[in-house]
Formats: sequence, C-alpha cells, structure tokens
Amino acid sequence: MSELIAIHGLTVAFDGATALRGVDLSVAPGEALGLVGESGCGKSVTWLAALGLLPGKARIGGSVTLHGEELLGASSARLDRVRGGRVAMIFQDPASSLNPVHRIGRQITEALALHRGIGGAAARAEARRLLDQVGIPDAARRLDAYPHELSGGQNQRVMIAMALAGQPELLVADEPTTALDVTIQAQILDLLGALRRETGMALVLITHDLGVVAETCERVAVMYAGRIVETAATARLFADPAHPYTQGLLGALPPFDGPRRPLAAIPGSVPEPAAMPPGCAFAPRCGLAQPACGLALPAAVPLGPGHSAACLRAARALVPA
Amino acid sequence: MLRFLGFRLLRAAVTIVMVVTFAFVVLRLSGDPAQIIMGADAPPEAVAAFRRAWGLEEPLWVQYLRYFGAILGGDLGRSMRDGREAIALVGERIPATLALTVPALLIKLGIGIPAGITAALHRNSLLDRAVMMLAVAGFTVPSFVLGLLLVLVFAVQLGWLPSGGQESWKHAILPIVTMGIGGAAVLARFTRSAMLEVLGQPYIRTASAKGVPWRAVIWGHALPNAAIPTVTIVGFMVGSLIAGAVVVESVFSWPGVGRLLVVAVANRDLAVVQCILLLVAATMVTANLAVDLLYGALDPRLRTQPRGA
Repeated sequence: MSELIAIHGLTVAFDGATALRGVDLSVAPGEALGLVGESGCGKSVTWLAALGLLPGKARIGGSVTLHGEELLGASSARLDRVRGGRVAMIFQDPASSLNPVHRIGRQITEALALHRGIGGAAARAEARRLLDQVGIPDAARRLDAYPHELSGGQNQRVMIAMALAGQPELLVADEPTTALDVTIQAQILDLLGALRRETGMALVLITHDLGVVAETCERVAVMYAGRIVETAATARLFADPAHPYTQGLLGALPPFDGPRRPLAAIPGSVPEPAAMPPGCAFAPRCGLAQPACGLALPAAVPLGPGHSAACLRAARALVPA
Repeated sequence: MLRFLGFRLLRAAVTIVMVVTFAFVVLRLSGDPAQIIMGADAPPEAVAAFRRAWGLEEPLWVQYLRYFGAILGGDLGRSMRDGREAIALVGERIPATLALTVPALLIKLGIGIPAGITAALHRNSLLDRAVMMLAVAGFTVPSFVLGLLLVLVFAVQLGWLPSGGQESWKHAILPIVTMGIGGAAVLARFTRSAMLEVLGQPYIRTASAKGVPWRAVIWGHALPNAAIPTVTIVGFMVGSLIAGAVVVESVFSWPGVGRLLVVAVANRDLAVVQCILLLVAATMVTANLAVDLLYGALDPRLRTQPRGA
C-alpha cells in the first residue's frame, strides 16, 4: 500500500535525555491508527516531532515523509503549509488549547484563510458550516463566542472544526477525550469516526485507553519507552498479543464478564530516560526476560500480515524448535 | 457594566478620602507649622497669632471637618508661607513635571516592551542574558545614584549637558534619561516574563499546529495575551506621572511638583502638601480605574456581562 506518512528511525532527545529511541511507524491514507502506551512513552512527542512542533532545544533525528516528501528539516514556510493543511492536530485540553482572547469564529477563519484562501463573509459562512458539521448547536451565534463561554466538550468540537478547516489528509488526535467526562468522551469519539467516514481522512488516535482504541481504530501501535514494541490490526492485537508488554496491558483491563478478579498490574516502573538499559527497555519488568534481552535492542519481527513485535521471544517462536 | 463601573468609582472615592485623612492627621501630629514657619526664636505672641489665624488652636477633629468641607466646596486651602492658593501653586508646577515624566514614560514603553519581547523570544541566548543583565542593573541602581552618575559623566567629565536647572531643553535630558532607564528596566523584565508565560501555553502550540507562521503567532496570538499583565505595570507608571519625579527633580533641581512637595513638607506648609497628595492619589486612582477598564477590553474572560447562553 502507498503510505500517507512514514516515520523511520525517529529519535528525539531533550538536553541529553532521550525521549524517542528510533520510532518506525506508518499511516495509510484513510486508515484509523491507534497509538497506545503509558504517559511519557513518547506518543505525543512522536507527532509533535514529525510536525516540527517541539521546542528548539529538542534534538531530532531520523526521517518523516509525507507522500515521500521529507518533513524533518523542512523550511518553516513548507511546514506551515503542511501543518493544519495536510496534517492537522488536536490536543488533550481543549479549554487551554484555544486562544482565550479571540472569538471562536476568528480562530476557525484564520485556518481557512491560511489553507484555503477564503476570507470575509465566505470564510464566516464556511466556519459556520464547520461548526454545524461538528455538531455545535446554534453555530451562527457561537462564532462570536469566546472559548471560556463554551464547555470542554464544545471546545473540543471547535478544535476539531478548526482542524477540518484545512481539509487535512490526516488528523492526529492527541488524547482528545482525556480531559472530558465519560459521556462527552463517547460523543467526541463518535464524531471523529463519523467525520473520518465523511471526509476520508486518516486518523491517528493517541491514547492510553485501550477501550477507546478497540472502538475507533483499525490498527494499533503499542509504544513503550520511546519505541514501537508491537503493531497489529486491532482485532488481532486484542486476540493474540505477542509482546509481553502488550500482554501486560491487556491483562490489566477489567473483564466484562466472568467472575471478578484482581487486575493484573505490570510490576516495576518505566525506566528513567537517563537510565535506559542497553537492551530491551521492558526487560527489567518482563517475567519472560532472558539474559539475551539485556544485550541489544530487539528489532521488530514480522509475525503475520500487518503484525510485528519487537521482542526476542516473539522472534524465536517463529523458528520451529 | 454600569454596576461594575459604579463599584470601582466608589472604591476610588474611598481610597482618596483615606489618603486625604491620613495625610491630614500625620502632618498635624508630626510638627507644629507655626513654630517652623515663624522660626525658632519668634516671640510667643506672634506664634499664637499665627495659630489663631490658621485655625491651628482648635481641636483636630474640628480642623478636619472644616478642611473636608472646604475640599468638597473646591477650596484646597492656602499656602501658609505666602498666602497663595495651594491649587495655584501646585498647578503652575505641573507642566514642568510633565515635561519630564511624559517623555520618560515614552522611553520606558519604547525601550522596555520591545526589549522584554526580544529577550523572551530568544530565551537563554546571549541576547536574552545581555538584556536581562542590563535590566537588573537598571532597576537595582536607585534613581538618585543613577542621576548622579549621569551628571558625573555627561555634565562634569564630558561637559555635554547641564547638571541641573530648567533653562533649556538640554536641562531636561539627564532627568528624563534617569527616569526612563529605571522604568524601562522594570518593564523589560515584566514583559519578558509575561511573554514567556504565554509562549508556554497550549494555544500557542495550537496556532503553530494549524499552520500559522511564527511571526503571526507572536503578533496575533502571544502579544494580545501577554499585554494583559503588562497593562498593570504600565498603568502604575501612568499613575505616577505627577508624583514619580520627586527624587529626580531634587537631584537635578528641576522646579516641578516633586520639588515643591519636598520643600512644602520641610516647611510644614500643610495646605500645599495636602493638595499635592490629593492630586497624586487622584491620578493614581484614575490610572487604576483605566487599567480595570482596559482589562475588560483586553481579556474577554473579565467582561462581566453574560453573552450567548
């Protein structure tokens, strides 16, 4: 398949502390990819780095291509056309992600002017249509509201409308529902799904919530300590996780049926970026670790169509004993 | 909005009454104007006659009520030294003070705000450190030291500018620069931290993420937000246009309101001191009121009337 965006060997370091240790990830046109992992594993940093949104002190290496066109090191003028125009991003806390001193309408029309060259009354009409599309009632009046006059859920809808303004090929949603209460969460996820079907854009959903991924995404990538440790189609990942970390995450989910059981927690904690072990970062917490795991970074091994895992054990299982 | 304004006006009035009362009481408790103005070896009868003439022998509260009633009637009293109306004495000094403080304010704004923004945009760079070092130096050195230093260099050593007096525009340069430097330093530091605070906010990242060019992010998204805290300190500077030059006017013997205040306090010229303090309180309170209103204009979150639903 032709890739919309391809990330190869992406590394990021802040003041010597490594945040990403070689991320390989690709997104196909129109697909919905879930990127899961715990806080600090590098999910957000991956996409902020890809779009050039990290602060200047970040040291970035590797490659990020959009339809084969390299984004890392691209001029800011080119990145400004990509950002919001071809790849849009929405964030965790919608209330503080919108500028408090500008009206909603102005914040949306700004994107319309930048990426579609529409201004004036036409922009206002299009902004109104976008607010309608994301399900904000009384859109015409809301254009003149300020972010503090809307609820968290409505602000996230405004963020989504703003993202849609540039008609992007990919929407990166960074924990879009974390700051919202549960019923609103479901509405926003439904909205993202519906918009994807309407517009055909691809979606990357960054989350630590496996349940959200199961409902929304076709494919999942699991991140741990700055690397992708397993990628698979959603159904396959849930049915047949290959990496011990993925198995641990799934084991920590409460079962819907059957007797109540204590949730299985993964022992230990994520290694500090400054004290990363030389081999597999999960080895110190892994019940199945062997001496070889501590020696070198395990490469991602293909385990089936679209399924790969970065684990020595998974690799060995392929070789019949 | 009207209720908001009414409340602020009431508060402003209370502040002014408190300043007037405080000044009245302290001035009368801290020395006898009759004795000071008539001289230490004046005959007791003369001092007593002076007291009677100015109503100083009456109980404090009677004096206060009479004084307060006079103020309400627009009468700010007369100077005990030459019998002229205090308001006229003070009024003729105001242009001289404004001739220093207004250009100084323009220097503060013109240097302080751009320097603070530049430092914030180049955080931790050599430029940032240089600007901040100058700013710290600028506001830790007291204005009388800075003034004397400038006199030493530009008047005594180089002989370019006069060291004091009011004969020509050249006489105004050193006092203006002295005040301008200190204020610009304060404003630079304040603007820098306001700007850094705003640049770290998520909505700045959002603006970049939607493809807004960095210059437009600064002008359109960061500055309008950073202006909100900066307005406070600028309002304070505007409020001290009348009273902010006491020290500098003394150093450069500039005949403004500040020098008049120093002389009047030394002489216990009660009406003049009270008139100046009333004027100072009124300008400060007016500036604060303007800042409050400006907040509402700059920050929609502070507008009280509900919009939409």
